[in-house]
Amino acid sequence: MSLFRHHKKVETNATLLLVLSLGVVAIGGAVEIAPLFYLENTIEKVEGMRPYTPLELEGRNIYVREGCYVCHSQMIRPLRDEVERYGHYSLAVESIYDHPFQWGSKRTGPDLARVGARYSDEWHVDHLTDPRSVVPESIMPTYGFLKKTALKPDSIQAVLIANSRVGVPYTDEMIENAAADMEVQVDPDGDWEEMVARYPKAQVRNFDGQEKLTEMDALVAYLQMLGTLVDFSTFQPSASR
Amino acid sequence: MDILKLIVLSFITICAAMAANFGQDLAYIIHALIIMAVSFFLFIREVQRFGDAKPAVETGYQDSVVRAGVIATTFWGVVGFLVGVFIAFQLAFPALNFDLPFTTFGRVRPLHTSAVIFAFGGNALIATSFYIVQRTSAARLWGGNLCWFVFWGYQLFIVLAATGYLLGATQSKEYAEPEWYVDIWLTLVWVAYLAVFMGTIFKRKEPHIYVANWFFLSFIVTIAMLHLVNNLAMPVSIFGSKSVQLFSGVQDALTQWWYGHNAVGFFLTAGFLGMMYYFVPKQANRPVFSYKLSIIHFWSLIFLYIWAGPHHLHYTALPDWAQTLGMTFSIMLWMPSWGGMINGLMTLSGAWDKLRTDPILRMMVLSLAFYGMSTFEGPMMSIKVVNSLSHYTEWTIGHVHSGALGWNGMITFGALYYLTPRLWGRDRLYSMSMVNWHFWLATIGIVFYAASLWVAGIMEGLMWREVDPQGFLVNSFADTVAAKFPMYIVRGTGGLLYLAGAIIMCVNLWLTATGAGERKSSAAVAVPAE
Repeated sequence: MSLFRHHKKVETNATLLLVLSLGVVAIGGAVEIAPLFYLENTIEKVEGMRPYTPLELEGRNIYVREGCYVCHSQMIRPLRDEVERYGHYSLAVESIYDHPFQWGSKRTGPDLARVGARYSDEWHVDHLTDPRSVVPESIMPTYGFLKKTALKPDSIQAVLIANSRVGVPYTDEMIENAAADMEVQVDPDGDWEEMVARYPKAQVRNFDGQEKLTEMDALVAYLQMLGTLVDFSTFQPSASR
Repeated sequence: MDILKLIVLSFITICAAMAANFGQDLAYIIHALIIMAVSFFLFIREVQRFGDAKPAVETGYQDSVVRAGVIATTFWGVVGFLVGVFIAFQLAFPALNFDLPFTTFGRVRPLHTSAVIFAFGGNALIATSFYIVQRTSAARLWGGNLCWFVFWGYQLFIVLAATGYLLGATQSKEYAEPEWYVDIWLTLVWVAYLAVFMGTIFKRKEPHIYVANWFFLSFIVTIAMLHLVNNLAMPVSIFGSKSVQLFSGVQDALTQWWYGHNAVGFFLTAGFLGMMYYFVPKQANRPVFSYKLSIIHFWSLIFLYIWAGPHHLHYTALPDWAQTLGMTFSIMLWMPSWGGMINGLMTLSGAWDKLRTDPILRMMVLSLAFYGMSTFEGPMMSIKVVNSLSHYTEWTIGHVHSGALGWNGMITFGALYYLTPRLWGRDRLYSMSMVNWHFWLATIGIVFYAASLWVAGIMEGLMWREVDPQGFLVNSFADTVAAKFPMYIVRGTGGLLYLAGAIIMCVNLWLTATGAGERKSSAAVAVPAE
């Protein structure tokens, strides 16, 4: 066949082989990934999404650091049992501020996309400190050290700036008040009204029940807000998606 | 030139010392100290050698870097398997997490995956590609000591990545966990790797580029492309390890699985097919079965693989059109995958009897069989209805391991057994019966592993979706965790057998390389006339 004869040109010319291979492997990604940035129905229009509060964002960083994604997904599929077990199926817009995404690929533990407001703060602290004290079958590692690790609020501002540089709509006001907003979220007696105005639905509590601000506060604050932002009463699914 | 080297090394040492001083987190500080120590060591070595007469330019094949690669592959293989066995038993016995941040499953699991894919697999690929490209081009590696930069630079990448995970520096994107500065370092090393490989092909004395080198070349350029795009990130500070990814949510998810699936497709498939195309014909002493099939399956494999990423995101918030494309291409991918398997297996035409006597060839054939099995299982699991059951379960883990332990592991072991006597100038391996033991331990280990996770995965998938006649869920999540305990034990045992086989291989390779049991000089032994 003549086609195979022509292949001689490719296999005797290293540059041609290199360029052709790169061209061939570039196509698939270009066709599949690029449209996600401009097709309008990729990300749903909903009400209620906002960037993470500084404390929640720090909690998310701890979630990332500890590799929680290797055992917990944050992506509820539109299947009967999953909606029954975990709640409304996940929307693309719900991870729009997630740099990186944390959908996960394995459920050694349950999905966490809507774990927010399902358990008490005390349950989360107990569970993270000693999982088997509340769920005897659990095989989760213990994370008691989070309770002993103090948080330094002054380092969070740089994280907000980095996030705003990649497109998260943190305003100048949010960035300026990052450290104070973080501290006030665990202080129900403080002046948290402005923080909640900046971040609607933010929960203000002493999450770990301890005097000082710890990594446990941040992680529990993050877990308690997961999946709670979108107002599903106004959500209209799009058939074209 | 030597002066320039000294200036650069002292500059790096000082920069690393400053970075360690201003470092904001433990991982960053320790990494800066490691880099400082390495560049200081190189500086001292350069000073000692300063003004020495240049050693004569070596000719012939550059095999010392391949020898180093064989040692590194064996070492990291055992480390990776050991960590794998450890985390497998953590799932059965959570007390093994030791209540320490550094030893939790969440931090150690990326260490296991990176150790086996990038440290064991990557070193195997670099070493064998350096060996093969020289033989098939009849040329010494291009670039002088640049190949040593690739080798040691890659080891530094592994050490930085591994220590980073344990200390909490991770991007949390599967198989792309290393943080921004480690990614930049790997990019430098990878460009050097491409240069050495391409340079050697450019100065080849054979007119045709051998098929193994097509696969190696496509593997090197594709991994470069994937690595660059999937690791686009904004560091929070140049004095900290933390970064935020450029993309978010759904775009980040597809970019990640475009990367993740093709880490499998190009790192663990195309690159290893390059190994297969050299070592199977060599060990069987037969030419490759079909030249035309290798052309068709090469181009269709590299074209189709790239599209398959979305099958990791079935039923997620990724738009349906992308999921459907991913599923369609994944099913099509079955054909070029089996093209490679057929081309490899049929190379044994007329030499099948060697399977009875040659355990190394048996290992290579088994690896092709596992390649065929897992590239059938993969397309099947990418069908959406199957995926609705299998996704998020242990089945996926079992599938990955039948590919990794069966295909990548076995073909690498075969290559190591082939290379060691040749690289160290020995007549033969120290012991063929040890190869046999390795073969059976590994095979039984894989069967234990894959079978237990099929059962565990399908069981938990069915338990999750089980509803009673009233429509309520029957099982709590905790019930499904408890039900998997026996399978976790069997899986861990399978891993232990596989590790035991690898340790036997280490001993065998060590004794071969050091020449134990080798007769001093066979010519001197008088043979009595009969």
